[in-house]
Amino acid sequence: MTVEQIVSETKDQFPIGMRVLAVDDDPTCLLLLETLLRRCQYHVTTTSQAITALKMLRENKNKFDLVISDVHMPDMDGFKLLELVGLEMDLPVIMLSANGDTKLVMKGITHGACDYLLKPVRIEELKNIWQHVVRRKKFDRKVRSNSDSQDKPHADSGEAAGIGKADNNVKINKKRKDQNEDEDEDLDENGHDNDDPSAQKKPRVVWSVELHRKFVAAVNQLGIEKAVPKKILELMNVEKLTRENVASHLQKFRLYLKRISCVANQQANMAAAVGTADSSYLRMGSLNGLGNFHALSGTDQLHNAAFRSFPPSGVLGRLNTPAGLGIRGLPSPGTIQLGHVQNSGHSSNDQSKLQSFIPGNHNTNILQGMPMSLDLDQLQNNKGVSHIGELPAANSTAVFPVSGSLIDSRIAGFSNNPLLGVTSNSLMLEGSSQQANLHASNLRDGVSAVGFQNGNTLSNFASIDPVSSQLRDSKADLQGQAAPINCNAGPMIRSVPPQEWNAPRKDAPYQSHLMSSSVNSSIPVNGAMVQLDQCLDRNNSIFHRTMDSDSIGPLNFVDPLSIKHGEGLNSAAMEPPVIEKEGYLMYQLRPHGNHIPDNIGSLEDLASAMMK
Amino acid sequence: MERNPLRRQLQIMRKSLFDQGYLDEQFVQLEELQDDSNPNFVEEVVTLYYRDSARLILNIEQALERKPYNFHKLDAYMHQFKGSSSSIGAKKVKAESTLFREYCKSGNGEGCMRCFQQLKKEYATLRKKLEAYFQVARQAGPMETACRPK
Repeated sequence: MTVEQIVSETKDQFPIGMRVLAVDDDPTCLLLLETLLRRCQYHVTTTSQAITALKMLRENKNKFDLVISDVHMPDMDGFKLLELVGLEMDLPVIMLSANGDTKLVMKGITHGACDYLLKPVRIEELKNIWQHVVRRKKFDRKVRSNSDSQDKPHADSGEAAGIGKADNNVKINKKRKDQNEDEDEDLDENGHDNDDPSAQKKPRVVWSVELHRKFVAAVNQLGIEKAVPKKILELMNVEKLTRENVASHLQKFRLYLKRISCVANQQANMAAAVGTADSSYLRMGSLNGLGNFHALSGTDQLHNAAFRSFPPSGVLGRLNTPAGLGIRGLPSPGTIQLGHVQNSGHSSNDQSKLQSFIPGNHNTNILQGMPMSLDLDQLQNNKGVSHIGELPAANSTAVFPVSGSLIDSRIAGFSNNPLLGVTSNSLMLEGSSQQANLHASNLRDGVSAVGFQNGNTLSNFASIDPVSSQLRDSKADLQGQAAPINCNAGPMIRSVPPQEWNAPRKDAPYQSHLMSSSVNSSIPVNGAMVQLDQCLDRNNSIFHRTMDSDSIGPLNFVDPLSIKHGEGLNSAAMEPPVIEKEGYLMYQLRPHGNHIPDNIGSLEDLASAMMK
Repeated sequence: MERNPLRRQLQIMRKSLFDQGYLDEQFVQLEELQDDSNPNFVEEVVTLYYRDSARLILNIEQALERKPYNFHKLDAYMHQFKGSSSSIGAKKVKAESTLFREYCKSGNGEGCMRCFQQLKKEYATLRKKLEAYFQVARQAGPMETACRPK
């Protein structure tokens, strides 16, 4: 079948009627562009503001097929918009500029643009832009087909490296029968494909929070350097997820981590300030983060909303702070670290830490106390532990931020640990959201909340049952807010380009988006947990446990489990989850071969880095 | 050649604009986009351009009054102005914009100032010519097809 045939199956008239969103602050150019596009028989929507464009896109992901945007805009950098759209909505974006410098074009490519056009635009060029939509669709379809792709041997080690979408497109050589897209059943905003390939409108893998968590866990387990799509796919063990999906996602994730790593430094400082809450801290963070995640996953909107709400909460606020935001995608590196921290190194401590860790309550306090200790680099439990004690009282938010920071630092530490970045964010996010909700319930709840991140997940928290219920409630709150976080930290990371795409929101909003998009409305905690389990395995038994309880799966970073621990779950149950989380987190943070010594180590390092 | 005298006049004006380098190929693109459903497209775009770019010109002027020059800002404004100008096919104006940006990059304040004065002249000249052109166009009625300049 040719592309045209495939396309026509889904949309007879395509490319006629293709829905384009045009963004350009120059009214002359915008009018010209609009007219040209109309002449090509596309359906055009225009706006002169990037923020408005984002809003429109977020309202309904299925409303547009393609975005064309100018590079120089007053309210938001075109590249930032590009990244955000790519991460959140996974739509093809074409950049437009009067400046054709190679550097700029390269920048466009690295940020994920499918094409770069020079002004004044010619109609001949616009007549062909539909190819980008088709290419993506085709790819998605294939990618989503099923997991058979895993069997396909290919040199993916290199591909993930930076090929990104383009690569994926290229890989779509084989036409697989289209099957339902990835397993994110809950996330269905995009109208995932159904069984009938030809009926697929927009085959796109939606990286729900849970899925993302699995992804992060897998990457952590493999180590960021050795994480190749094929192995990740195997580890994730998700049906109908293809290697291309993973490869594309991995690429984004890596970009994200890189971005975060810059920010992480800032975080590190923050983390340092926080103090020792290293592992426990991380745990908390993670838990919180996770919690948020779930909340985030709820729905995009939810996420967004949740996300936004984050900032207000203590944690979020933290997150938004440079340290927190540093990670860009990572809501609170510190938080992530928490989770990790625990795993690394102090397994034994972890538990204790976790418990004490749950400081989360204090928004800032926690962070302060904790991050410092968290010191990712050293992440050695001690720090975290000490803090944890303090934290408990504090609002979870505090904890989270720290985590974030920790994570940030961590991230800084290993720039190449994309996961870290991600995790922290997730953690952070969760933390933030959770904090808002959790604080009251206390970390414990938070922890549990983390467990059930999406709100639903809490229930999953088997280990933390008692806590989880509490968390659940809090989680619910968080969800609204945090939701974004859970969503796949990965995407977040990406989206969280250092550029501060969303000035106002900073990471939070971004993350939320990420999360929301990735996280299906309810990420079954258990599911996530399970994954974590697999991944974390190494950390310790507890770790596993937490995994189970926490479906936080996708959220690598935020291991709700860890948070649980941190929270000072007084109950043993708490511990395990935490540990798991840590392990989970650890994965994320731990890039293979990176400084992250162990699951926890990485977190700790991250935390410490962040704190510093 | 058009039999209608107004149309003939219009064609002559148009040709001269191209021959003298005031307009380039992009203007033809604009004309091609004009059709029955969009009968005054070219004039609309040009009007919009002059309205919007007036703001940019003002910004640049004000920036040039503050010494020392903020070349970065000047370049940014001019970049935007250039984008607009190229969209309507204002050839000479675009050339001056490019030159201005070169001066900005090399930090040549005096060059910028001189260039800008020239740019404003070209900008004003083109405006007058286009206004006259559109006036005749309105009188002549819809053109049948856009003719490409030789």
